[in-house]
Amino acid sequence: MTKHTLSVLVENKPGVLARVAGLFSRRAFNIHSLAVGQTEHPEISRITVVVDVDELPLEQVTKQLNKLVHVLKIVELEPGRSVQRDLLLVKVRADARQRTDVLQIVDLFRAHVVDVSTDSVVIEAVGTPEKLEALLSALAPHDVREIVQSGTVAIGRGARSITERALDRVVSA
Amino acid sequence: MAQVQAKPGVPASRIARQATSATSLARPTPQSNPDPALNGVEMTGAQSIIRSLEAAGATDIFGLPGGAILPTYDPLMDSQKLRHILVRHEQGAGHAAQGYAHATGKVGVCIATSGPGATNLVTAIADANMDSIPMVAITGQVGAAMIGTDAFQEADIVGITAPITKHNVLVTDAAEIPAAIAQAFYIASHGRPGPVLVDIAKSAQQATTTFEWPSRIDLPGFNAGARPHQKTVQEAARLLATARRPVLYVGGGVIRSGASAGLRKLADLSGAAVVTTLMARGALPDSHPQHLGMPGMHGTVPAVAALQKADLIVALGARFDDRVTGNLDSFAPHAVIVHADVDPAEIGKNRAVDVPIVGDLKDVFEALVPALAAEHEQHGRPDLEAWWAQLDDWRTTYALGYTPTKDGLSSPQYVIQRLGELNDPDRTIYTAGVGQHQMWASQFIKYEHPNTWINSGGLGTMGFSVPAAMGAQVGVPDKQVWAIDGDGCFQMTNQELVTCAINEIPIKVALINNSSLGMVRQWQTLFYEGRYSNTDLHTGHGTRRVPDFVKLADAMGCVGLRCESDADVDATIKRANEIDDQPVVVDFTVSRDAMVWPMVASGTSNDSIQYAQGIAPQWDRED
Repeated sequence: MTKHTLSVLVENKPGVLARVAGLFSRRAFNIHSLAVGQTEHPEISRITVVVDVDELPLEQVTKQLNKLVHVLKIVELEPGRSVQRDLLLVKVRADARQRTDVLQIVDLFRAHVVDVSTDSVVIEAVGTPEKLEALLSALAPHDVREIVQSGTVAIGRGARSITERALDRVVSA
Repeated sequence: MAQVQAKPGVPASRIARQATSATSLARPTPQSNPDPALNGVEMTGAQSIIRSLEAAGATDIFGLPGGAILPTYDPLMDSQKLRHILVRHEQGAGHAAQGYAHATGKVGVCIATSGPGATNLVTAIADANMDSIPMVAITGQVGAAMIGTDAFQEADIVGITAPITKHNVLVTDAAEIPAAIAQAFYIASHGRPGPVLVDIAKSAQQATTTFEWPSRIDLPGFNAGARPHQKTVQEAARLLATARRPVLYVGGGVIRSGASAGLRKLADLSGAAVVTTLMARGALPDSHPQHLGMPGMHGTVPAVAALQKADLIVALGARFDDRVTGNLDSFAPHAVIVHADVDPAEIGKNRAVDVPIVGDLKDVFEALVPALAAEHEQHGRPDLEAWWAQLDDWRTTYALGYTPTKDGLSSPQYVIQRLGELNDPDRTIYTAGVGQHQMWASQFIKYEHPNTWINSGGLGTMGFSVPAAMGAQVGVPDKQVWAIDGDGCFQMTNQELVTCAINEIPIKVALINNSSLGMVRQWQTLFYEGRYSNTDLHTGHGTRRVPDFVKLADAMGCVGLRCESDADVDATIKRANEIDDQPVVVDFTVSRDAMVWPMVASGTSNDSIQYAQGIAPQWDRED
């Protein structure tokens, strides 16, 4: 199985996320990650979903998604032609003695410290899942207390906008 | 033997992509308004529901009131356009709406209260979803302020039915009622039909609103179906013109589309063999010389064999269901597949497709028939003589039949066959429950028209027959409706006979009473060494007859008749047909040992079909 990233544009209506997520589980597809948020138009939300699935079942799930009345458009974003990012927040125990080591790793990965207390730091990092995984391995020797990670969000490279046509229709309605 | 091939250079996967990608958004569809004077009138949400149902064209609805839908039942009492049939159980309302929709082609409507009223509709909704039946379910919901508080009779019916509806919606604002109902009818009946549920909070029913019937249906994400792609139609025509062993595999989509006339033309022109699935019986008359009957687990040997040996299968509104294909990997191994369906998601779902055609079957036939005629004109007609010689040989050798019973009781097959022979196919509608009687009714009755065979195919819902017959009879009052039912099924939903008796809906029930859950018993005979775990129902010969179906019929205001021997079958059917002012129940007491044949055992290859117990057809092994 291979990972595929789908951008699903949906009407911003109650229950849409549940319908989309429910369809994946009902048809026995594994969701790797899922992120949802508003777009440049408040009437359209964008769900980015990463699924572990082969080519043929992917076509089937795309077709099934298309049948949901509130789903406007589905685009697969290929890694080479899109920017894909996750957000990671990590809380690491770091007193004065360890802090330098931890900060070095933070610098190395171009991450940021967003909260400091006497014996801990909270690190914020943005990147591909691979980069974030590498950061976590580098931090592993330290005392990692808490990890929280967002789903992947992705956008196509270049000037084209996938929301344009969808927006067109909803705005004129 | 020559193999037909999809044209090289047109990769099927690419055609599939082109034909099925839905990148353009649906335009708003203008919506007619039968009563423009109502627009701008102040009324309650409840009145708005009734006016909306009327505006959407509903004339008959099936339901049962309760707390959360009570406000709507008040203006319903005064409606001049809506006939409401008060059922005895909400499941009956759901199946009645299905039977109504199936028999008339119109959207069926059922209505129930919140909580248990709504959950009782669930089976019928799931059934309609599997069999693509256009249906709108209206449910009351607790007041908006109480939603989420575990209020009395509260159930999240939108959540519950999300996986089994084509669409559903919760309405808490009275102003949204007309649009929600208009959209529900539109979605239910456009594209691949299906059930839509509209859940309306009691507070919205009680609120005051200004009625405004929408002037257009605006559903940017809803795809009502594309026109078939000319390029793929052309390719299908070329294949049909060159195939040596072509089969038209006809599914329920042809019936839903109302495309029987087009199918007839394609069958006549192509000369191909035709098989009609359980959902498509009647799509082509059984008397048509190219019709081989039903394929699948209990299909005819010629129909099953034709698919297995075909070099071309043109699937029309069918979905390669496991009950048709048997073991999928060994299904139709030599066949190039053309698949036409209004739902792109069906194409390539189970079987890889060489030529996909997305579109309404009516449009598909309209394009495909002339395209095939043009092919014939250019290249002549294909020589199908050898194919038909083979098919006719199977038809003669493996004709549909049954062995007489050994216990001296009636053969259920005989009863059903006589029902079919004594009733006029032009003016009779049959419904069935699920199990042996359903298979025999599909096999031994000869259907000549679409929408005259109504059964639960995909979901396999026992108890479907009686309420579906009630709905069909309400929708088509000038035809005779025979519900063929089993003693197991009948005991699940017979309460609707009371509804029939009170409302003068004169359906007839042929109760094929074998005193057991017959199909399960058959599997226990074949696969569980005759260990009959929990399949004895004690309703037949030599039992206590609990319940006594004749007395039960009588108690429910119906005429009850009993028939216990082959000799009485004709006279009993005639007697039942003479009664047209009351429902009739005929308790046909039959042998419990009769089995449904032919049979492809579950999960095995269609090649190992058994014609009768222990008898496997001899195939031409060279193929």
